[in-house]
Amino acid sequence: MITESKLNATDAVIADTVLAGDYYMKVVKAGQTMRIVDLEGNQAADTLFYSAADPSERYSAMDTIREQGNVFLTTGTVLMSNECNPMLEIVADTCGRHDTLGGACATESNTVRYDLEKRCMHACRDSWMLAVAENENFGMTKRDITHNINFFMNVPVTADGGLTFADGISAPGKYVELKAAMDVIVLVSNCPQLNNPCNAYNPTPVEVLIWD
Amino acid sequence: MSEQANYTTTIPAASHWSLRVRRGMELRIKDIEGGANLGMLFYNPEDLLERYNAPDTLKCQHTFKLTKGNCLYSDMGRIFCSITEDSLGWHDTVCGNSTKSSIAKRFGDKNYQQAGNQWHQNGYTAFLVELAKYGLGKKDMAANLNLFSKVSVDDLGNLSYVADHSQAGDEIVLRFEMDTLVLLHTCPHPLHPAGKYPAKPVAITLQQAEAVADDDICLTHCAENGRGFKNNALYLAGDAGFTSATGHHGGCHDH
Repeated sequence: MITESKLNATDAVIADTVLAGDYYMKVVKAGQTMRIVDLEGNQAADTLFYSAADPSERYSAMDTIREQGNVFLTTGTVLMSNECNPMLEIVADTCGRHDTLGGACATESNTVRYDLEKRCMHACRDSWMLAVAENENFGMTKRDITHNINFFMNVPVTADGGLTFADGISAPGKYVELKAAMDVIVLVSNCPQLNNPCNAYNPTPVEVLIWD
Repeated sequence: MSEQANYTTTIPAASHWSLRVRRGMELRIKDIEGGANLGMLFYNPEDLLERYNAPDTLKCQHTFKLTKGNCLYSDMGRIFCSITEDSLGWHDTVCGNSTKSSIAKRFGDKNYQQAGNQWHQNGYTAFLVELAKYGLGKKDMAANLNLFSKVSVDDLGNLSYVADHSQAGDEIVLRFEMDTLVLLHTCPHPLHPAGKYPAKPVAITLQQAEAVADDDICLTHCAENGRGFKNNALYLAGDAGFTSATGHHGGCHDH
């Protein structure tokens, strides 16, 4: 559902640009609102959330899908943890639909999806591996990397059970905004995928804004 | 053919178990009474950080449902096992597990002291117990399979649980392409509609699989699966029971 935000970018307390192929790892406090902006369009922001108090409680795609009875994320969707607690709610969305089925790219899955020789191309899971390695203060490892959200991706399911990676429905400046219900660690891999036509083979930056 | 004995057993309703399955073996699973749900997760026993990855499984094969011809992938681009037979055509892998609270809400809370083996066990707790046996915990609980259960999706993304999908006698066969730690439970699907707790057992048979032929339905299902088998071959390169670079099992039948 398309819902514009009433928040002004100039009032944000944090405004960070995340280049394609980089990760972003910060704490968003309960009550704060976070916006991810697709600056140039058709970019995927592969995102995970963790309880800052106990990172073993984290975003769960399957609990979120099941509890809302729908595979797409948009305004009104409550992102659920693996303990079935609300973590964040999508409060504004100018894209209209976000994916949480397709998961992240990885060097390993790239070999299967595209070509065995794609094993050395930079991928989202590598960004997450670097994030957990460079941020030891969060106490996370590969065990913590789970089934994620792909903001700005469109992955419809067909009636006979097919999964399609459709053309993006995002565009330059479209955004999704989430209000945190608990203190959360947000971990974004801004996707570096060069094999998938959905971004025209051109990974681009996203912006993260946070309001108190 | 070898003298190797088949192992057959019944997994009672509301139960959990785990077993290490060697590559080259197949697991035949039967819904004995109809209406079963089998929660299942896979780990690499040599590296417990390698585990079943539902998103990779779905996107590598452009499918939302699992059936004959599909391979079940790890997060490392390898195939734990292939679905070589399936009388159902659709198994779920996105809806996760029932929980203690969801079971209590739907069917009433029946604990072990009250009900013994007829208690209302839930899938999440069942997996936690099996995970702990290997030093694993809730961090390690990935999106699981729900064999015998169908959940379809409409154009707007709405889920619907398909009742009466699996009938008595329905079967699925998993052929293991690498050594795999298999965790399973027989707790209800989390979207099973309210009513009586569906206490449904399954029967399993573990036996030697036929060697993977060049025209194998899982190997040839899509180009992606061909590459997945090649990743397994690389992983098993130099292994005595694994002689072909294309990933075919060799020598297993000649003991």
